Amino acid sequence: MTEILNWLNEFALTLLHTITDVLPIVVIIFGFQFFVIRKKIHNLKRVLIGFVYVIIGLALFLQGLEDALFPVGKMMANQLTSIDFILQSAGALDQSIEFHWSQYYWVYIFAFSIGFSTTIAEPSLLAVAIKANEVSGGSIGIWGLRIAVAIGVAVGISLGSWRIVTGLPLHWFIISGYIIVVIQTFFSPKLIIPLAYDSGGVTTSTVTVPIVAALGIGLAAKVPGRSELLDGFGLIAFASLFPIISVLAYAQLSEWYGKRQNKETEQSNV
Amino acid sequence: MNKPLMHFLKTIANSARDLAPIAFVICFFQIFVLKQPIPNMDEIVVGSIFVVVGLTFFIYGLEMGLFPIGESMAFAFARKGNVIWLLIFAFALGFGTTVAEPALIAVSKKAARIAAQGGVIEVTDTAINMYAQGLKFTVAFSVGLAAVIGVLRIIKGWSIQWIIMGGYILVVIMTMIAPKEIIGIAYDSGGVTTSTITVPLMTALGIGLASSIKGRNPMLDGFGLIALASLTPMIFVMAYGMTY
Repeated sequence: MTEILNWLNEFALTLLHTITDVLPIVVIIFGFQFFVIRKKIHNLKRVLIGFVYVIIGLALFLQGLEDALFPVGKMMANQLTSIDFILQSAGALDQSIEFHWSQYYWVYIFAFSIGFSTTIAEPSLLAVAIKANEVSGGSIGIWGLRIAVAIGVAVGISLGSWRIVTGLPLHWFIISGYIIVVIQTFFSPKLIIPLAYDSGGVTTSTVTVPIVAALGIGLAAKVPGRSELLDGFGLIAFASLFPIISVLAYAQLSEWYGKRQNKETEQSNV
Repeated sequence: MNKPLMHFLKTIANSARDLAPIAFVICFFQIFVLKQPIPNMDEIVVGSIFVVVGLTFFIYGLEMGLFPIGESMAFAFARKGNVIWLLIFAFALGFGTTVAEPALIAVSKKAARIAAQGGVIEVTDTAINMYAQGLKFTVAFSVGLAAVIGVLRIIKGWSIQWIIMGGYILVVIMTMIAPKEIIGIAYDSGGVTTSTITVPLMTALGIGLASSIKGRNPMLDGFGLIALASLTPMIFVMAYGMTY
């Protein structure tokens, strides 16, 4: 019984947090609606119920993450980066083995798979995918976009973990990423470019950030020679840059594939 | 069976499927790599159910409330033709949603501690708080500005790639002259500003505007607001680090 009461207490706090998060938006929207636009909202009741659903849904979602996912995710990030585990998986029985970045291979694999799976669960990415599917008249698939973005985040986070382990400067990676994006922009189908740029920002929110941040801080705190405060940052930057590259690549590949198919049908028609 | 109930069950099933990969990754690493039992199994199962139900409600509410109101406001502003009010609205939306963002508050506190450690500011609570507050408002301002630029772009039909590339060049130049300690935080701040509520709302606003202004294509002009909102904070945080 007390457990349920405790839980209710916690949930009430989360609900309160969510409401204070959403409140500024509600004030701005309805303020402008009543004082500037001065028009009745179409289907006001439905919209209000929608807002209540959003708040309840977000609060339940956050509370569930807090109870279930984050503790395990953070604990695993901690254990995978610990020196004992690294030495053990490197096959060393004593502590004398020399430090090498390749000993952290499980960390890179974990970074890849957790980056991919948390991005698939990211609500804001789903929201953008639904809109993109609607606006493109169905030619951009919801799953195609989500998987393209998730691969980008996965590659970004594993590369970012490797950077923390090796201690290479962050801005080299980010600037090289920018150069790739700029080159891709010139060769990509025009219609996808704005959406691809947007997909960089949507990936890193509620689900991904806490687990990825724990991984970055765990790594920076435990790899010899890294400082938690200085090297712990940068994973989010990787996770918001690489989806741009992967979405542009996805568009380029599907355009190329489409062209090839067209050619083949033309040839077979002849 | 009645239709709404079927729809609801389908949404629940979708949410469960979306979360299955995380469960799989965690179980795999826990059992095969770390070779440990999964702790507090019951809490995890209950928590996962809440996550699934929560995600379902969120997506439901999005389609009932946030998307329609974002688009209908964009239509109303476009019909009114009052650009100034539209830009004020865009700024308020960008600033208001960012200033309350918990992830941003956490990041600015951390940045302040780094600054104190590096001797940029005094190691007192007031100095650290001042620095964190200043940073938070700087980022919120930069997101508001991004929304203004993004809306102007939709109205004028400027193409997004030139603005983004210009932003990239600015980021590169700032990286060379900004203090080294701030760069990591600046780069990350671009990603943390765009929250779960901001993204759908901004997307709806952009698409609504692009589809109600003649000559604009929702695919080509409707997207891009989020991209700008994750670029400007990087520039402004580095600038903030330089002024201190």
